[in-house]
Amino acid sequence: MFAVRLTWRPYQWLKSSAGLDGGKRGFNVNTGYLAVFIFLLVAVAFAVATFALASLLRPHHPNEEKRSTYECGERPIGDSWANIDVHYYLIGLLFVVFDVEAVFLLPWALVIGKFGLFAVVEGGVFLAILGAGLAYAWRKGALEWVK
Amino acid sequence: MGILSKLPPYLEKVPGGQIILTSAEFVINWARRSSLWPMTFGLACCAIEMMATAASRFDLDRFGVMLRATPRQSDVMIVAGTLCTKMAPRLKLLYEQMPEPRYVIAMGGCAIDGGPFQASPTVVKGVDKLVPVDVYIPGCPPRPEALMHGFLTLQEKIKKERLADSLHV
Repeated sequence: MFAVRLTWRPYQWLKSSAGLDGGKRGFNVNTGYLAVFIFLLVAVAFAVATFALASLLRPHHPNEEKRSTYECGERPIGDSWANIDVHYYLIGLLFVVFDVEAVFLLPWALVIGKFGLFAVVEGGVFLAILGAGLAYAWRKGALEWVK
Repeated sequence: MGILSKLPPYLEKVPGGQIILTSAEFVINWARRSSLWPMTFGLACCAIEMMATAASRFDLDRFGVMLRATPRQSDVMIVAGTLCTKMAPRLKLLYEQMPEPRYVIAMGGCAIDGGPFQASPTVVKGVDKLVPVDVYIPGCPPRPEALMHGFLTLQEKIKKERLADSLHV
């Protein structure tokens, strides 16, 4: 029930178009992904060529006033650095932790059928530790925007 | 403009070079005049007419004109309204902060020469005392059709630009 059906026809097509079917379609692994690589090169070359051509064609007359910071016509006073709310850092930190947890849980979910009860218990321990961390953050109010 | 600023004088002498220059000129001018993005400098009543021209009845978007509020992304500055002496340094700074190629449209009597307020000591008698103006649109305020005609006039002016001249702006 948990195993993925790799014999399903769409997966066969994917494998053969990437050249992973032992040469049955007439190209091997190298030429299959070669097309992707050439496409990537063309995409990068297109972007680079556009920027290069634009930099040759556009006027370039910098002066002090033009470089000054825009503030609706006024001269800016002081620095433009400002302190940001620490809540952004907390939310970002929690996001990274639980995102990495999700990344670890995905392959676990794919192979849990093959390893049986051992995998379930081990995954449960992993989830419990991280769940304890979530409960701590929740109780401490880190999930509230305004403390 | 690097290499290309030295190229046109040489290209003009090469047989066939004028065709290359003309084609490049044509394409560049067409691109520049078909996507004039104005920085709205609505100061007074003319600003209302400018807004009306940009709205749905007299649509400006069909000319490629997208109103940008920032000088950094705009090609043309529409000075719409009376320029007072308090606002003058800001207008000058914002004009300087626009990247080339840049144009100025003086919309309405006040922007042309002070308009009805020529006796006032705090009104700048015409925006061309501060910035070089390309198109003057008379009226108090000019009708939306007049502003559209002003844009078309500016487009005609850009159409006639030579590549060799615009490189040394």
